Amino acid sequence: MWLVEARTVLGRARVRVLLVVLAAVPVFLVVAVRLSGGPAAGNGPAFVDRVSHNAVFAALAALVVAMPFFIPLSVAVVAGDSIAGESSLGTLRYLLVQPAGRTRLLLAKAVVLALFCVVAAIDIVVVGLIAGIVLFPHGSVVTLSGTTISFADGVGRSLIAAVVVGASMFGLASIGLFVSTVSDAPIAVIAITVGLVIVSGILDSVSEVSFLHPWLFTHYWTAFYDLVRAPVYWHNIWKDLVLQAGYVAVFGAAAWARMTSRDVLA
Amino acid sequence: MSGVAAGAAVATGFAIETRGLAKHFGGFPAVDGIDLAVPSGSTYGFLGPNGSGKTTTIRVLLGLVGATAGTWTLLGEPMPQRAMSTLPRVGALVEGPAFYPWLSGHDNLARFDAMGPGGRSSTRAQRIAEALARVGLTAAAKKKYKAYSLGMRQRLGLALALIVPRQLLVLDEPTNGMDPQGTREIRHLVRQLGAEGTTVFLSSHLLSEVEQICSHVGVMHRGKLLMQGTLDDLRANANPKLRVESDDPARAAEVLSRMGVADLDRQGAQVVGTLDGVLPEDCCRALVEAGVAVRMLVKEQVSLEDAFVAMTGEGFDVAG
Repeated sequence: MWLVEARTVLGRARVRVLLVVLAAVPVFLVVAVRLSGGPAAGNGPAFVDRVSHNAVFAALAALVVAMPFFIPLSVAVVAGDSIAGESSLGTLRYLLVQPAGRTRLLLAKAVVLALFCVVAAIDIVVVGLIAGIVLFPHGSVVTLSGTTISFADGVGRSLIAAVVVGASMFGLASIGLFVSTVSDAPIAVIAITVGLVIVSGILDSVSEVSFLHPWLFTHYWTAFYDLVRAPVYWHNIWKDLVLQAGYVAVFGAAAWARMTSRDVLA
Repeated sequence: MSGVAAGAAVATGFAIETRGLAKHFGGFPAVDGIDLAVPSGSTYGFLGPNGSGKTTTIRVLLGLVGATAGTWTLLGEPMPQRAMSTLPRVGALVEGPAFYPWLSGHDNLARFDAMGPGGRSSTRAQRIAEALARVGLTAAAKKKYKAYSLGMRQRLGLALALIVPRQLLVLDEPTNGMDPQGTREIRHLVRQLGAEGTTVFLSSHLLSEVEQICSHVGVMHRGKLLMQGTLDDLRANANPKLRVESDDPARAAEVLSRMGVADLDRQGAQVVGTLDGVLPEDCCRALVEAGVAVRMLVKEQVSLEDAFVAMTGEGFDVAG
């Protein structure tokens, strides 16, 4: 069932376009840096000043650029399609009379949504690495701490970064999944989910509500930077994963409660 | 019938049985305490105007919406508790077909089959091919659903209901949007399925459709089940009419009125009235004795529509 669901979601033209758009982020970034020479050291978004040094930084800088908007938007689109999309097509009622089972179906949707989060991030990193290798050096990598690691180690860390970034989206994805069980309109789910990313980002920059900051699902989205320190600084990544798990528990439970009790009228 | 399907082996003898089933939407009783009894092996016409609560009843029966009150069984199993084990034996078409526009007809069926517990994957390709052949869609199997006409969509919906052998088929307006030829084909298919022993619960707002293919009928009106039974039961419920043509319709009407024939209506040389228990032969004798020259006297066959009107006191229109 999960495999069929994954094939249906990832095989959909809309989702493939999303993955192509995400893949375009590192391509544009690398080409722009190549043409302009990139910002001076210490300027621009994180890692962008290092793109021309090593392909690994091309991949990581692409994650930094895609993290605030492109990745959350594509997660919101897939979340909107998950239950609200089935509902608006009317296919939800036929899935339920098969019977797919309300809990089983929600679980399959959640697993595939989580899979998409990770696939989206890996998509960016892999394309970033390839584009970086084509245009820039790909020897040993100088970490943020100034030490040197092998290129293979750098590739390994950028792939771990992709998984961490994917997992950082789980909180947002579970919010989107919950909203998707409430609304019958995918576009409303997308709007609400993206809106919450913006609100969370704004709250995170207002110092008056600093007591809220550790609870915002966007707060640790940049924790993956710490993967290119020596030694790797896991503290914030760990906090991020625990926070995301909390969101998954709360909104996953809410989605389950709604899904198993709702009237399917569409 | 000797070749009764496995569904007939159900303890209660009813493929669908409800007790006081109700569904309210914000206080409005869309389904208002109905007691359905659909005998196993029957082809049951669930009749009623648009808005009378047929589709809501079907949604409740299949567990898509929760019941406000009442209990029900499908194939003898209490619902919704046993939905996961019962629904694989129930094929359903609910409020029109709904599929993924970007997938082909074949791929749509494959997805639904794989998402439920009903079908084995080893036999999937063959079962889908058979279901598509049965509804006449083999040639369009590889076509995308969005390119299907309304009639083809309806056929695909039926094919989905048939991808595994079923004991009960719940079909909500299966001929909606089909051309006359397609309508005939689908009615033929439903009759065939009934003859094979599958219980068919078919909702329709078309009296003639139910009259043609059903053995049993239930009549819904404003959320209530007005009556149910065999088609003959329904007809017997209605008051037959008498039509008399004579040389003196005014005098004929006078005589018939004295006899107790109600709702008299003069139509040229003819007079039409409701018999109300009066025997037509008595009317004939009275007319002749009164000196009326009777040219024609007919007790009219009651159509389902007349029966329905007799029961509800209104036409077969959208319920308000």
